Amino acid sequence: MKLLTCPLNGQRNISEFTYGGEYHPMPDPNSTDSRQWAEHVFFHDNAAGVVTEWWCHTASSFWFLAERNTITDQVIRTFEASEIFNQRIDFAENQQ
Amino acid sequence: MPFGLLKYGLSNEYPAQHHFTPATELKKHYDVVIIGAGGHGTAIAYNLAKYHGITNVAVLEKSYLGGGNTARNTAVIRSNYLTEEGVSFYRESVKLYNNLSNEFNYNVMMENRGQLTLAHSDAAVRSFRWRAEVNQHMGVRSELVDRQTIADLVPNLNMSEDSRFPIMAGLWHADGATARHDAVAWGYAKGACERGVELHQLTEVEDVEIDKGRVTALKTNRGRVECGAVVQAVAGASSVVAKKAGIPLPIHCYPLQAMVTQPYKPILTPHVSSPHVHVYVHQTSRGEFVIGGGSDPYPLYHTRATLDQRESLSAAAMELFPFLAQARMLRQWAGTTDMTPDYSPIMGLSPVENYYLDAGWGTWGFKATPICGVTMAELVATKKVPEIIKPFALERFYNYEQINEAGATAASH
Repeated sequence: MKLLTCPLNGQRNISEFTYGGEYHPMPDPNSTDSRQWAEHVFFHDNAAGVVTEWWCHTASSFWFLAERNTITDQVIRTFEASEIFNQRIDFAENQQ
Repeated sequence: MPFGLLKYGLSNEYPAQHHFTPATELKKHYDVVIIGAGGHGTAIAYNLAKYHGITNVAVLEKSYLGGGNTARNTAVIRSNYLTEEGVSFYRESVKLYNNLSNEFNYNVMMENRGQLTLAHSDAAVRSFRWRAEVNQHMGVRSELVDRQTIADLVPNLNMSEDSRFPIMAGLWHADGATARHDAVAWGYAKGACERGVELHQLTEVEDVEIDKGRVTALKTNRGRVECGAVVQAVAGASSVVAKKAGIPLPIHCYPLQAMVTQPYKPILTPHVSSPHVHVYVHQTSRGEFVIGGGSDPYPLYHTRATLDQRESLSAAAMELFPFLAQARMLRQWAGTTDMTPDYSPIMGLSPVENYYLDAGWGTWGFKATPICGVTMAELVATKKVPEIIKPFALERFYNYEQINEAGATAASH
């Protein structure tokens, strides 16, 4: 059984979690054309090595981030999203 | 022919047949360098040499011939996809497969046993009806069949209505087949090398030299090679290799696990697949049951086998074929699948002018091997993208023109 440490719920069986994709900063909606959106949405680093990615503890719907090595399948650390998202993003001001 | 066989049978000497003479020294320059000596890479080399007269070709392989996903796939050949683009592409591949042994004068053990996909829900029945209509329109033998027909086709299948997910209907694909996956790569490599192509094993591409939007040379662990054109055919490492050429790809690598039982007497003719319980099963000509289609739930480059997958594959296989509860497993393995967002391949041109992509082969690479060889060789030789592979261009992701085959893949993701 492979274990993953949820920042909220502690160490749990990895089958309780859902993989949520690579972490990429979202491009600025005001200056992003459709080609750049395509790259942001569809294209991936798919790196062989340490990656930062989203995970969700399915039972509690808690989303967090993990650093994981995709060659050795070792999780280096997990952390709350607030480590990266420490400022409010106001989408309203982007509306035209 | 029978006399030749008789003579061989009565002979005291059985000289080993070498499939190819391993190339020794890397030349300074090749017209075409193909990265990856799996089924696809060798098929492209074969077609370049045989049909386009381009023989100054090197196939570079970091490991050994056919040792990557060519060896790890479960050897399913079928063309019952959902989109017109997909069906017409795989249909041509199945046609080429049917003649492959003659083409090579080498037995690839092609067996036209048919393929049955099971529906356990109303939604699946609806999608099968859709697929059958598209398939028939495109000239592929594919039809929706009822429970009685399924029971006749596969007498050992658990048709109980008390099971967890009772079987409601099926999609019967008479064109479905299997072949020996190793022999496909060996046959192509043999034919290519006989025509002057060089196969360099244990030769890993470390860097790609690009000048003014064109690839000029490859740096390998055995030295530098100049090249007129490069084709990458490295399923499972597509992102890593393309990155060396500065090309981002819409791919995530997931291990796909399969396993095989002890041999049984022949009791299962077609290939049986159930996307609902996440398993597919077929019996090889050696008698072993191949149980496949378990994708790991997150991306990984490791090809380890896990207990989780063995449990879920076993449970699903036993639901379809209860007698397999007694079976002992001989092997379990994984291959790295390059999953694209629309479950279709990425073939053709890249942002680098003379660098061609043969990537994104997820769980549908083996069945496409012959058509890939034909079309990619034509592209490299003529510099024009063949009509049949135009829809699979990398550019489709930038134009939002994906070809959705998610519903027609047998493996679970």
